[in-house]
Amino acid sequence: MRREGDMFFKVESEVRLALNKEQGIRKDMGWAIALHGGAGDIPLSLPAEMRKPREEALRHCLQIAVEALKAKVGPLDVVELVVRELENIPHFNAGKGSVLTSKGTVEMEASIMDGATMNCGAVSGLTTVLNPISLARLVMDKTPHIYLAFDGAQDFARQQGVPTLDSTHFITAHNIQRLNQAKQAHTVQIDYTQPIQNYTKKETLFANSDSQIGTVGCVAVDGLGNLASATSTGGLVNKMVGRIGDTPLIGAGTYADARCAVSATGKGEAIIRGTVARDVAALMEFKGLSLQEAATCVVHERTPKGTVGLIAVSAKGEVAMPFNTTGMFRACATEDGYSEIAIWPAAQVE
Amino acid sequence: MGGWAIAVHGGAGVDPNLPPQRQEEAKQLLTRCLNLGISALRSNASALDVVELVVRELESDPLFNSGRGSALTEKGTVEMEASIMDGSKRRCGAVSGLTTVKNPISLARLVMDKSPHSYLAFSGAEEFARKQGVEVVENEYFITADNVGMLKLAKEANTILFDYRIPVAGGACGVGVENPLQMNGLPISVYAPETVGCVVVDGEGKCAAATSTGGLMNKMSGRIGDSPLIGAGTYACELCGVSCTGEGEAIIRGTLAREVAAVMEYKGFKLQAAVDFVIKHRLDQGKAGLIAVSNSGEVSYGFNCNGMFRGCATEDGFMEVGIWE
Repeated sequence: MRREGDMFFKVESEVRLALNKEQGIRKDMGWAIALHGGAGDIPLSLPAEMRKPREEALRHCLQIAVEALKAKVGPLDVVELVVRELENIPHFNAGKGSVLTSKGTVEMEASIMDGATMNCGAVSGLTTVLNPISLARLVMDKTPHIYLAFDGAQDFARQQGVPTLDSTHFITAHNIQRLNQAKQAHTVQIDYTQPIQNYTKKETLFANSDSQIGTVGCVAVDGLGNLASATSTGGLVNKMVGRIGDTPLIGAGTYADARCAVSATGKGEAIIRGTVARDVAALMEFKGLSLQEAATCVVHERTPKGTVGLIAVSAKGEVAMPFNTTGMFRACATEDGYSEIAIWPAAQVE
Repeated sequence: MGGWAIAVHGGAGVDPNLPPQRQEEAKQLLTRCLNLGISALRSNASALDVVELVVRELESDPLFNSGRGSALTEKGTVEMEASIMDGSKRRCGAVSGLTTVKNPISLARLVMDKSPHSYLAFSGAEEFARKQGVEVVENEYFITADNVGMLKLAKEANTILFDYRIPVAGGACGVGVENPLQMNGLPISVYAPETVGCVVVDGEGKCAAATSTGGLMNKMSGRIGDSPLIGAGTYACELCGVSCTGEGEAIIRGTLAREVAAVMEYKGFKLQAAVDFVIKHRLDQGKAGLIAVSNSGEVSYGFNCNGMFRGCATEDGFMEVGIWE
């Protein structure tokens, strides 16, 4: 159904054959999955009542993902499924639980990319669509376009008959509080570094500490090296109405090709300028770096400290989850039985 | 090497039957814009100021698909988008969904300079425009009779047409319907018509890039193409400045503008080699073109489709305007 899918698929198949030859990939390398609930200044003093539900949510989503992969669900379907789940959970800044604009409204955005075909879909400015990532998928599958936004996207949602709810559904008390605090502090929780006021005080925990926490994402690869990536967010606390971040931008917040799939989170402007998601793939492609090397390079050498985290999987079934912020809500699993759920860095260097 | 360099474009993918008069008009506009840029560069204007200035000129002229003369949405309205990037710090600004702002590229610049964000769209962008006091006009200002005719054709053919500026009056409209160039052999011809752009490296070796468009004829309202997307339609860094045009979806998938810089940085290619590599390897046949400058004063362009309206000039006196190979 997709327009030049045939041609692209052919090109990508050739790339995969060439890659297989070059890297000696066995036919079945095993699946792998990683997901995130946002990178940012997650304080080590995060109280248990905030930490535990999020850890539990990560565990739950990881389990769903692993079950799907074991049942041979394709990576594109898996990443959509996982991000839908993350959108439905109010603890993360996507779908329900999205942070609020300066007008106290919700404007959600998301993007998805299929590494095998390089097809992609993106949406911005959604106010009532229950699952933005699914609308992004529909843009990819059902229109000749890649990216629809605001009223046009909402109209499309209506035409497609996707589930919608009054926008109040997405707004949580927690986020109203965050918005109020941000307004009081006269901050937009923004893309460039600002001195963080009252950083250590508990009462401003929300306003400053996890202002950059937001965005959820998932990347997956199946046993045959098919890759996919999906990212979704409510954006920045107190953002201007109409502000678009990195999440719906292919190459910035989301990217997948025949080598890897990447989903980024953190300060939107840094991710956009750094074309973060594409850069991981470009380093692998043009400099022959491994997934781990490429991901580490982008996060620790090519973007400013405190701005970015990402999850990535490679066609070979490897996983990388580097971040240069205080923490990143994340989880991953590979077919050989490894799994991890974490928030802060492990004892050794990422 | 060294010295300033400038390139402009008015879109990739040109109808081979484009009447000579139209070709001439296009070349004159490109020449005028180049001269505007050259004049500014000789007065030591910065790359960023020059790209904005030149794109404003292209937006104001109804010939190409940006600002006045923008392609129309399926609703017959205009929704414009643009982006600008300053290579020296990789600062960027972008806008989409503009309906009343006379010069979208200038609003994109204001987003970069005067807002805490990088990208504003639709009603939020329009609101920002009013707060900034930029010139606004009725949506009708941007709509030309030519494009109203083209939209009608597109709807009749039920395709998204690329914009090849065939005059509708005088019975030439049949040409469009009988022979819409099939750029990919499929019913919907997904060409991004005549986006405009400019890239400059100034006397200090600083690069900048700017791109502006009305998008695809008969597009769904709310559709965003590659022009406002940093890394896709526009990119600039210390090494180079790039602006792309053509099939928006292919440019997005190929992260085209960013690729030129990535190949220079990661593979050590020089500008022309990088441009050639990207056009060859990151696109399908018949889909896009781009213009680029490097920090060492080189200028380059490439396209894999049927023609691209372009012009380029360098400080040593070289100047060229062209449409075909």
